[in-house]
Amino acid sequence: MNFDDLIQGFPDLTTTGLAQGSVYALVALGYTLVYGVLRLINFAHSEVFMYGTFAALWTWGLMGYDSNSTRPSLGMALLLILVALVVAALFSGGVAVLLETVAYRPLRKRNAPPLAFLISAIGASFVLAEAMGALTERRQQGIPSILPSTPLFTAGGWTVTPVQLMTLVVALGVMFALDWFVSKTRFGRGIRAVAQDADTAALMGVNKGRVIALVFLLGGLLAGVAAVFYNLKQGNTRFNGGFLIGLKAFSAAVLGGIGNLRGALIGGLLLGLVEAYGAALFGSNWTNVIAFVVLLVLLMFRPTGLLGESLGRARA
Amino acid sequence: MSERKPLLEVDNVTLRFGGVVALNQVDFTLYEGEILGLIGPNGAGKTTCFNAMTGVYLPTEGQIRFKGEQVSGKKRNKITKMGMARTFQNIRLFPEMTALENVLVGADAHNTTSVPTALLRLPKHWREERRSKARALELLDFVGITGRSDDLARNLSYGDQRRLEIARALATNPALLCLDEPAAGFNPAEKVALLELIKKIRDSGVTVLLIEHDMRLVMGVTDRIIVLEFGKKIAEGTPAEVRDNPKVVAAYLGVPDAA
Amino acid sequence: MTTEPIKQPRRGLHLGDRFRALPKPARIAAIVVGIALLYVLPLKGFYENLGFPIPVGSGYLPFYTTGSDMANVLFQCGYYILLALGLNVVLGYAGLLDLGFFGFFAVGAYTVALLTSPDSKLITEYNWLESPWPWLVTVPIGVSLALLSGVLLGWPTLRLRGDYLAIVTLGFAEIIRIVAKNQDWILNGDRGIPSVAHPPGTWSDGSPVFGILDWSPYYWLVLTVIIAVIFLIRNLANSRVGRAWIAIREDEDAAELMGVPTFKFKLWAFAIGAAVGGLSGTLWAGQANFVNSATFSLENSILVLAAVVLGGAGSIGGAILGGFLVIYLPEWLRSVGDVFGWPHSVDVFGIFRLDTSPTSLRFIIFGALLIVVMIYRPQGLWPNRRRAAELKDRQKEVAPVE
Repeated sequence: MNFDDLIQGFPDLTTTGLAQGSVYALVALGYTLVYGVLRLINFAHSEVFMYGTFAALWTWGLMGYDSNSTRPSLGMALLLILVALVVAALFSGGVAVLLETVAYRPLRKRNAPPLAFLISAIGASFVLAEAMGALTERRQQGIPSILPSTPLFTAGGWTVTPVQLMTLVVALGVMFALDWFVSKTRFGRGIRAVAQDADTAALMGVNKGRVIALVFLLGGLLAGVAAVFYNLKQGNTRFNGGFLIGLKAFSAAVLGGIGNLRGALIGGLLLGLVEAYGAALFGSNWTNVIAFVVLLVLLMFRPTGLLGESLGRARA
Repeated sequence: MSERKPLLEVDNVTLRFGGVVALNQVDFTLYEGEILGLIGPNGAGKTTCFNAMTGVYLPTEGQIRFKGEQVSGKKRNKITKMGMARTFQNIRLFPEMTALENVLVGADAHNTTSVPTALLRLPKHWREERRSKARALELLDFVGITGRSDDLARNLSYGDQRRLEIARALATNPALLCLDEPAAGFNPAEKVALLELIKKIRDSGVTVLLIEHDMRLVMGVTDRIIVLEFGKKIAEGTPAEVRDNPKVVAAYLGVPDAA
Repeated sequence: MTTEPIKQPRRGLHLGDRFRALPKPARIAAIVVGIALLYVLPLKGFYENLGFPIPVGSGYLPFYTTGSDMANVLFQCGYYILLALGLNVVLGYAGLLDLGFFGFFAVGAYTVALLTSPDSKLITEYNWLESPWPWLVTVPIGVSLALLSGVLLGWPTLRLRGDYLAIVTLGFAEIIRIVAKNQDWILNGDRGIPSVAHPPGTWSDGSPVFGILDWSPYYWLVLTVIIAVIFLIRNLANSRVGRAWIAIREDEDAAELMGVPTFKFKLWAFAIGAAVGGLSGTLWAGQANFVNSATFSLENSILVLAAVVLGGAGSIGGAILGGFLVIYLPEWLRSVGDVFGWPHSVDVFGIFRLDTSPTSLRFIIFGALLIVVMIYRPQGLWPNRRRAAELKDRQKEVAPVE
């Protein structure tokens, strides 16, 4: 236990934790959306995220930036990030919808038991990861340096890097947009209706199949956004890199109350912070263990999470 | 009814889910060897009462005693072992097991073979296996589905599935058998046969609690009847007394029953 | 015309029925011959005399894995079959999705490595042991520790809902792997533990039975263990224990209300599965000579899952078939691929190089098969008799409509 590190680094740890937590939160939303509507842990969501990281990497490659390039000007950097955000979000969204169509929809039609969905999801996750592995020769791929890692500003011991600031701002923006989408629009009403009672919603004329596809698409889009910021922070990606982020994002979703959108946000940020503080306390080798312990303890003592499970009942 | 030993005592039981009061100070006693009917309109709290008795729900207030022993808070499999068995309103057999195996699971309630014994096929395993199998076949015969022992439960007809559920419950060797709407979905001829079966069960020394919707069935077979409405007991007595009770007529018999 | 579908039941079923119709002595004889045949499998001569046409000069033998040593491939099949048999108890019988199953394999393997290697830190640094123990002594210890870790993991997690159980066990195995990889104090991280002992025994000329030149004895050993394990698991399946497991799988609440102590039997399923997984690990360590964290990757857990699901969850035959297929098929295809010039990698648009070796593609293929099987054949390739019977009944029901 190293309390000195924790106290001295507290401001830095907080900003790091919040930025990392935003990434978890964005991915957690994908789990929560699907779970809220289908009561299904979308096991392959981690791969949807991982494909986003590669989509962003390839986009930058096509625009002439690889891990050996010199850092671009600020204007170019913003353009690179913007394009990557759009491409990665669409690509991940597409993968998510494809996943739903191939691995889940046929099972839904056959009214398969929950275990079948879970096994199919694991199969899909495996196919996606290994296909990327076969394509990338199972090597880690470097991400071009796009934003400077020097602090953007320093105030009273608090330093914030451009990546951290941008991650937090964009993540919060995206989540408010999602909140608005689910609570205010016609599509959002459909999602809430199916989440509450799928059969009744179908009787009332809600197209269940379309709502489910939409939910997967939304989850994919968010995972794509998360992927870009993960790349910027991490500096590399690999074909099996989704797994750990997926496990943590799932923990975050459970922490906040799976099926609850605001819960995913809070759970994500909280997990990011706990991890950052925990790493300072116990050493960074144990970072990955911390998230898992949080999940295990939580499931045993409060499986419904901090805010409770409900997509239908909560406003968002 | 002459004075007999109480088997099950439901003592001022109240059960709340959040703000909803599902059972409100329900109070009755079940005596050994009788057939007691528990009736009431839909949503009156019959199945809830049932679930509280079998340990699925914990009462908010009050006590449930079985053979003088407190039931609430006990593990569900322990309650079964104490001698209370039940069937389900919507049939819940083990669909991928044969009829015989379904009954064997019930008979296993009193067996003690566990992993070491089974692994090494010790004599106890064979003894229990032989005894249970004989008992199970006997029960399949008793409920009238002798020839179907090797069929998967899912492939039995609806009526046979109901009978199999009763056989499975009887296999746990209960002092009290709770039947949750056993006649649901039956035609008149099947109902008559069921009536006979229930009497036969009682005559074999098992006390029966019958939750039922079909008034004629209840009137025909029960010794006493409890009437629930909105989670409260509104009447208790012999079938004749209950039939003439104005409260019951208003609450229940006044409503034309489709069943 | 309408009875056509009944007259042509699936071939596997037909064989099974025919087999059961045989008189008992004939059945026993058939089983003995079948088992004897299994012991012959690693011998190259067996394949040379099979009588299939062989392309001249190819070095190819039918069913023989020319790309790698056949006995070694069979040994790998063997410990995967053991793993599949263990997971089949947990998943197939009790219906619990345990995705960290390979973790128990790791417990078994590491136990053997730590106790039998002269380079183990238990000896070199901590002086807990004076000298390495023989392999045979460490096997029961490894199995017991695996069983114990099954109980320890099951105790808190078996109260969780099924989908949570899956993710917790998955996370658990991964965390164990990360810890094994990162820490240095006992398991030695990526560098691992070398010089793990082999099983005992010497031939009449003094050379060890379990050496490093001929893998066949390892296969014979694992085959013998498999037969014993099948016997024991069948004992459990056809008893109160097996009935309780299936009742729990079918309807846990109803099972409990019928007097089944569900938690106890779920824990037993977990523990027995873990013990068989651990046993597999001890056998593997006895052959591998070297144990490190890289062996226990997630892919292997999923491969075992694929084996059970493809073969048919809840069926011992299915677990055997599945365990065999996931290892043997890619290896055999590699031999066949070499004969017909299957490329090892392919350029895609000149940007990517797709790794097309069967051992790499097998993960993709078996992952895809998991989806396909769940959709089109959830009972697996070799379903147990119960499920097969159900299928037949369904055929009967469908037939008149056609």
